[in-house]
Amino acid sequence: MIQAGVIGVGQTNYDSKRRDVSMAGLVREAIDHAMLAADVDWDAIDAVVLGKAPDMFEGVVMPELYLADAIGAVGKPVLRVHTAGSVGGSTAVIAASHVCAGEFKTVLTVTFEKQSESNATWALSPRYPYSPHINAGAGGYFAPFIREYIRRYEAPEHIGWKVAAKDRQNALKNPLAHLQIPGIDEKMVSETPMLWEPLRYLESCPSSDGACAMVITSEEMVGSRKVAWINGMALRSEGTLSAGRDEVNPQAGIDCAKDIYQQAGIQNPRKEIDCAEIYVPFSWYEPMWLENLGFCELGEGWKLTDEGVTRLDGSLPVNMSGGVLSSNPIGASGMIRFGEAALQVMGLAEDHQVEDANIAMGHAYGGAAQFFAMWIVSSSKN
Amino acid sequence: MSSDQTPKDYRESLIHLEYQYTAGSATTTFLNQVKEGRLVGQACPKCKAVYVPPRGSCPRDGIATTIEVPLTDKGCIESFTVVHIPIPGNPIVPPYVCAMVRLDKANISFLHLIQGVEIEDIRIGMRVQAVWKPKEEWTHSLENIKWFAPIDEPDIDVSTLRFKEA
Repeated sequence: MIQAGVIGVGQTNYDSKRRDVSMAGLVREAIDHAMLAADVDWDAIDAVVLGKAPDMFEGVVMPELYLADAIGAVGKPVLRVHTAGSVGGSTAVIAASHVCAGEFKTVLTVTFEKQSESNATWALSPRYPYSPHINAGAGGYFAPFIREYIRRYEAPEHIGWKVAAKDRQNALKNPLAHLQIPGIDEKMVSETPMLWEPLRYLESCPSSDGACAMVITSEEMVGSRKVAWINGMALRSEGTLSAGRDEVNPQAGIDCAKDIYQQAGIQNPRKEIDCAEIYVPFSWYEPMWLENLGFCELGEGWKLTDEGVTRLDGSLPVNMSGGVLSSNPIGASGMIRFGEAALQVMGLAEDHQVEDANIAMGHAYGGAAQFFAMWIVSSSKN
Repeated sequence: MSSDQTPKDYRESLIHLEYQYTAGSATTTFLNQVKEGRLVGQACPKCKAVYVPPRGSCPRDGIATTIEVPLTDKGCIESFTVVHIPIPGNPIVPPYVCAMVRLDKANISFLHLIQGVEIEDIRIGMRVQAVWKPKEEWTHSLENIKWFAPIDEPDIDVSTLRFKEA
């Protein structure tokens, strides 16, 4: 298999309404940043892989066709990926797979969401006769799983506040992050209104506009550029309505993590991984995923969070960029995790850089927590 | 680049989408029974897992769920949330409780409302039973059940609910 690496990451700034740009302008902004960072021109791009969440989120069906000019795909192979909220991660993996397989030398990949152009909660709440019409958006769907996690492991309620405050404190070091809340702390989170018990307003992700792009290339094309080597990557999914499924600790997540650790030669993720960008749209998913990803035993995740292990200055920093809790352009949110992991090992994460970060994880999940995408990037080759 | 500039020209234009739901054979069978006030799940012929509402196949084995399994309208709360915000297009007034209801003998849960009890008394493992709309209002919809309400039976240990193949 050909070794692939990320040579450019580009992001827009994230905001609730990017009315200064169209959808095309938004994706092009991220692409321009990525191609400048990678120092490549259009003739170097062999194919384009685009991902985003459901078309209903903007009401534009198959936007990859309308966006062909903006994404530089005219006359080139283009592929659209859709795996709900995990799509940003899946898109990166699929783009990189084309390079690893030798199909293309260099692939441009881009993901976006322009949530302000429609209403995602409405798009997620259609009426079906086999279910009462009580779907109050993603938070209402995930909250019962979180309640079950708290019951199972007797976790104290301040853990959720702690994650929410920590990620927004990190966001203050990332000028692109949507939520910039000076003075954010646990107390401020705990005093915000309850939305879906046990989740309060500031324990939930915002609704953002934004795009993220990456240039992924094969080893031979890297040259003297800075690069984040992709040393492991995998996708896994499981049946949403499968009997025996554990929504608190999905098997697909466990399997996906094991796969990338094996590819990257990682025996002990807690010790060997320097930092991780994990898809945490609701505060409690940080401890839940720490366990699912094998960073600790079951029931120990909330203790890592409580001890400050996941802080920017902790021994396993998580969501240095502010995470999904600070910026959530849904379709791009997974790729931002993957791209931020790459920036860390390239040493380009500026104010939210983790010192000596050589191995980083990017993680995304989506749908009803049945889709998973992950990668391990490193400053050195496999 | 910056989004704090004065908004440029845009306008909101609401769209109205009508769609037709094609139920497929498993859901059609299920909904025909629901219209008569009965809850009938389907079991996988291989692993024997019971699915309600049935969607026609077992995700574990990838085969059709061909065995019909009549169920009662009793079960327990596998987990729940108290929702404090309204649902788009639903007149329900917050706060209200959405629960994953696990019917007896079923191996998956579905979301439904819990009422007829003080919210603070609701707990994981609590026994509940369906409260149906008046018969003359029954249609092809799980909304024939208004909500689930607690019944005076001992709680279930939800860790015993996890399906394990025999």
